[in-house]
Amino acid sequence: MMAAKFVLLGSDALLFALVVVAAASLWWASGQEHLRHAMRRVAASRTGMATATLLAAFLAVAVLDSVHYRPRLEGTQDNYAVEVLSALDALLMPLKTHTEKTYSAPLATHLFAREIQEGEGGWIYPRLKYGGAHLKDDLAGYDGDIAHAVLRGVALGLAVWGAAWFAALPLRRRYRRVAWTAALGALLAVCLLAGPVALLAQGYHVFGTDKVGQDVLYLALKSIRTGVLIGTLTTLIMLPAAVLLGIVAGYVGGWVDDVIQYLYTTLNSIPGVLLIAAAVLMMQVIIDTHPDWFATAAERADARLLALCAILGVTSWTGLCRLLRGETLKLREMEYVQAARAFGVSRLAIMLRHILPNLMHIVLISTVMDFSGLVLAEAVLSYVGIGVDPNTISFGTMINAARLELAREPMVWWSLAAAFSFMFALVLAANLFADVVRDAFDPRAS
Amino acid sequence: MFAYIVRRLLYALPILVGVNLITFALFFVVNTPDDMARMQLGVKRVTPEAIEKWKAERGYDRPLLWNAQAQGAAKATQTIFFQKSVRMFAFDFGRADDGRDIAREIRLRMGPSLAVALPVFVLGLFAAVWFALLLVYFRASYLDTVGVVLCVAMMSISGLFYIIGGQWLVSKVWHLVPISGYAAGLDAAKFVILPVLVSIVGGIGSSARWYRTIFLEEIGKDYVRTARAKGLSERAVLFGHVLKNAMIPILTGVVVVIPTLFMGSLVIESFFGIPGLGNYMIDAINAQDFAVVRAMVFIGSFLYIVGLLLTDISYTLVDPRVRLG
Repeated sequence: MMAAKFVLLGSDALLFALVVVAAASLWWASGQEHLRHAMRRVAASRTGMATATLLAAFLAVAVLDSVHYRPRLEGTQDNYAVEVLSALDALLMPLKTHTEKTYSAPLATHLFAREIQEGEGGWIYPRLKYGGAHLKDDLAGYDGDIAHAVLRGVALGLAVWGAAWFAALPLRRRYRRVAWTAALGALLAVCLLAGPVALLAQGYHVFGTDKVGQDVLYLALKSIRTGVLIGTLTTLIMLPAAVLLGIVAGYVGGWVDDVIQYLYTTLNSIPGVLLIAAAVLMMQVIIDTHPDWFATAAERADARLLALCAILGVTSWTGLCRLLRGETLKLREMEYVQAARAFGVSRLAIMLRHILPNLMHIVLISTVMDFSGLVLAEAVLSYVGIGVDPNTISFGTMINAARLELAREPMVWWSLAAAFSFMFALVLAANLFADVVRDAFDPRAS
Repeated sequence: MFAYIVRRLLYALPILVGVNLITFALFFVVNTPDDMARMQLGVKRVTPEAIEKWKAERGYDRPLLWNAQAQGAAKATQTIFFQKSVRMFAFDFGRADDGRDIAREIRLRMGPSLAVALPVFVLGLFAAVWFALLLVYFRASYLDTVGVVLCVAMMSISGLFYIIGGQWLVSKVWHLVPISGYAAGLDAAKFVILPVLVSIVGGIGSSARWYRTIFLEEIGKDYVRTARAKGLSERAVLFGHVLKNAMIPILTGVVVVIPTLFMGSLVIESFFGIPGLGNYMIDAINAQDFAVVRAMVFIGSFLYIVGLLLTDISYTLVDPRVRLG
């Protein structure tokens, strides 16, 4: 009898596939001399290693959040809860279940809104159910408690970091040219931030709570998966089509080239937002008219997320396709390709063996460059109402829910601040990393 | 030149037909008019009569592609495809779900959209070029590095942050301009300043960084060395020679967006309550008014194609070596 039933959502499967593909292509690239050279340059770059460490931390959260399961209902044989949870939820269970009544400020002990209370004589700010609930009624020792938690958190962070430092020692001896100091420095920053937050979160709401009393830290951590998924899956979905059509158009030429060019010019001329809006509206109608396709709300939201990735892919593959076509046109006239043609190598074999490997750096660069733009686009699209499902936790839905609260007096700022800072950290790291990758892999840059 | 423009316009025709077919497929084949009616009227408990009435009111009760019951040419014209898609080529967009004439709405809303988009385009271009030139002037120094990092940081901040932050700081804390709204005529200025400012600040990071690379590419060329050898000051070289030549790729690169300025910006207009086309679009998306979305897709594509044509023409104007034949 299993205590839980595992659920593999479509996006989970794709994310895992992506991680496997990324690992496999790293392994493949390390066998190619020119790519290995570029990879060494990325590894030797301080910015590259520091941002890669940060991105790895974000990716770890996203992967943890993609291991989904449905817990067995208490006291039943094989009835499972309708709600789909993830490994991250299991780790953050106290944060998920400790919901207050409504807004509360970061590290607050009292609710943000006043309430009438029977027998207490009018309007008071009631105590929170969970935030600072372990303190006495007069809040004695509040400052001390916080300071204590922060200090213990710093100690914990240092301990974890120290362990990582020792674990990395043999690697550091082996790969001396890698910018380990930058990587470990970034890891230290993450540990020093995460340690205190983790310990404080046990007794308080570190980033406060939102309108329905959910912990903002929990929401922000859950948003990472949505952002990472949209940033990566979109490119993954569009990649095969863009590479195939780009190479075929460039190499075969003639009417095939004309048709493919017509295809991408047409798609490109439709304003992106409008195409996305049209497609997402359509998708929503299909989802609404076929409720029997989806067993749980999570699956329905997941279908919409995948549809959004697919349609974002349709609007963004044209740029890469045009780039690859142009590069193929150049490669086609190279001596080694002409030699291959003279030896009677088939067109398919030339495209696969001689053209494709020499385009891989462009594919890699554009994949990395697109990531940050897509994460930012998600927030805007969700605001317009054509992004992820309103029940999916994402930076966009967080911002959308909180944006009107700035008008309150006093202002509710913490939801927005948390969403924007998490998004900023993710996008900035991705942007800086993309620059390093581009400089390392683009032969013209050096 | 004239023959070239005519030929390019003829090339544009199949693209517009393609756009039209895609939208037709999205709006009428993937989703049938019955689905649309059911969604508009509420998914549950809709009588077939109500659906038929809804469709008849909007002209969706015709067959999709071929009307076998009609006579003569009406076999092809009395269809959804002809009535809803083909007529767009004559800029006849029909009516929105609320009964208003879409073409008239578009004419009315173009003004406010332009009032924001045009200053953003001109001033934004000016600010980005100026900032990029400043970075190039201090190239390979700390100021340059700091400036580039600043650009990347500004690119990494969500556009929504600039909007929300700008509204909060300028309107709520400083009380300088109204948070949102619009007025006709010169009164529009006080409503337009903040959205224009926010858009420029939000966009300057990526464009300044891009222009900087263009300037740096230009600065390595031979004529710059000649100018320096003549004894010209660095400022004269930058402004007199580099700026002039670098403006060619910059200007030809931005020409393509000029026609689409009419469309306005979705997010900016909706946050600042400007009654332009972007706002119209958002309202249509939220009300799921497919007639409006379809019309806007068509106009957007049309303007983009015009932009591509203008780009090609601008190449010949700035660079005599390019001949259009």
